[in-house]
Amino acid sequence: MASPAVVLIGVFGLIPVAWSIALSFQRNDLQTPAEWVGVHNYDTLVHDPVFRDAVLHTIVYTALFVPLTLVLSLLAAAALNHRVRGITVYRLAVFLPVVTSTVATGVVFSWLMDPEYGLLNAALHRVGLPTLGFFSSPSQALFAVVAMTVWGWVGFGALIFLAGLQGIPPELVEAARIDGCTRAGAFWRIQVPLLRPVSGFLLVWLTINALQLFDEVYVTTKGGPLHATTVVVYYLYQQAFQYFHAGYAAAIATVLFAAIALITLVQLRVTREDPDGGTAR
Amino acid sequence: MSASGTAYPRRRRRRPSGWHLVLVPTALLMAAPLLWMLVTSLSTLTETRQYPPRLPASPQWHNYVQAWTESPFAHWLWNSTVVSVTCVVSNVVLCALAGYAFARLRFPGSRVAFFAILVTLMVPFQVTMIPTLIIIKHLHLVDSLPALALPSLVTPFGIYLLRQFFVSLPVELEEAALIDGASRLRILRSILLPLMGPPVMTVAILTFLQVWNDFLWPLVVTSSTDVMTIQLGLATFQSAHFTNWPVLMAGTVMSQLPVIVLFVLGQRFFVSSIASSGIK
Repeated sequence: MASPAVVLIGVFGLIPVAWSIALSFQRNDLQTPAEWVGVHNYDTLVHDPVFRDAVLHTIVYTALFVPLTLVLSLLAAAALNHRVRGITVYRLAVFLPVVTSTVATGVVFSWLMDPEYGLLNAALHRVGLPTLGFFSSPSQALFAVVAMTVWGWVGFGALIFLAGLQGIPPELVEAARIDGCTRAGAFWRIQVPLLRPVSGFLLVWLTINALQLFDEVYVTTKGGPLHATTVVVYYLYQQAFQYFHAGYAAAIATVLFAAIALITLVQLRVTREDPDGGTAR
Repeated sequence: MSASGTAYPRRRRRRPSGWHLVLVPTALLMAAPLLWMLVTSLSTLTETRQYPPRLPASPQWHNYVQAWTESPFAHWLWNSTVVSVTCVVSNVVLCALAGYAFARLRFPGSRVAFFAILVTLMVPFQVTMIPTLIIIKHLHLVDSLPALALPSLVTPFGIYLLRQFFVSLPVELEEAALIDGASRLRILRSILLPLMGPPVMTVAILTFLQVWNDFLWPLVVTSSTDVMTIQLGLATFQSAHFTNWPVLMAGTVMSQLPVIVLFVLGQRFFVSSIASSGIK
């Protein structure tokens, strides 16, 4: 019964992992016969300035994207967790970006952030602030990518947090309110700590996805201007499919895999631990 | 939550809640990019180049006609539908079979196989992408619709989700039928299938969203226009109409419309499916 699924997972899930690691020790252009080169690819990788920049951009991007998305989606979920009139419409507005494709997000934001005619610069101009270059400015492009992807992911975070909030028995908050706790106090001291497993999951999930950023960069900046938004997966793509250095790209993939596995393990360990000794889990 | 006016006199329902003051700006901010996409798709090119930006004087529906006729949008939407539906059906059937087997049957290697599946759950696609492309090359399937569907026919998450579901069901449900000599497949079909609605819905929705919105794999494995999915088509369309924002936005609206309509119609199912992918 399980065999079709197991065979498919084996062929398209397991074998490629081992294969990819093997590839990383080869010179391979996907056309001519491959050649074993030992650790040559890794050696080149360590000294590759573009790769170093790509790692740096990925770290900066992740360090901004993850906390911003976490905090904003928690606040959005708190606001959406009320049975007020029209709440379905409010939720729809916040959740729609969850199903909007990354390509569409990229296309729409390259219009919103168009330096000349974009809506965002018009708004900045209206309130008397200097207009921005966004994706066309080497110093701003990465931050523009952060803003765009935060918009794309806040709905997902809010959706997960909202489900978590709705799983907390309302009596807990009501009891605290009767004891004289303010609404904000009840939120930060009762609901947020109880959301710990949910925030832990989101932290891991958002980090994994941040490290794999590609689509939005491809659509808006193609890694530019001046490599400013070349992140690890974008560089991997360029190496594999533009320069046909499949072995080198496989080495990048292996490093990425190791980094993701390591960060996930550390984050899981940290978020599982419960300093207050109880409630979470 | 369900407190009525009598129990808590402070919370009168008549006065509009103060939360609207937070919710209206939040919702507007989140909806603004998509609303502006819609507005631009109905504007003239000249209207997109004026300051301050304003609503179109009259809706320019011909932008949609232009996008639709200049590029094979219908064809791309069809390709995406074929690939997504194939993957949804295959995931539901194969993940249910495998999930059931891993939950109820002990066969040689079953533990190792299940562990291996859990491991692949954690592997990012970028890691397996290049070897997968080589496999597809060996199968002579590069630049074809089967190549788009093949790596997503089964997802480890689907197997895991359905296995957890079957484990949570009492064995007693099946015991009588087993004693009467019914086969496992028969049990799955006539006893368990009616109970499988929610988890199957979740697998179907998550698979659909993932395959429909996927970009990297179609980008890598296809090259000809008539094999492209809608997302790759949209990216191609973008490079062809880079400064013609109204037509580009019309194309973007058309590319997102099927999923947006599905989401609005089944918001409850989508939300609970996406939420269950997180809280597990």
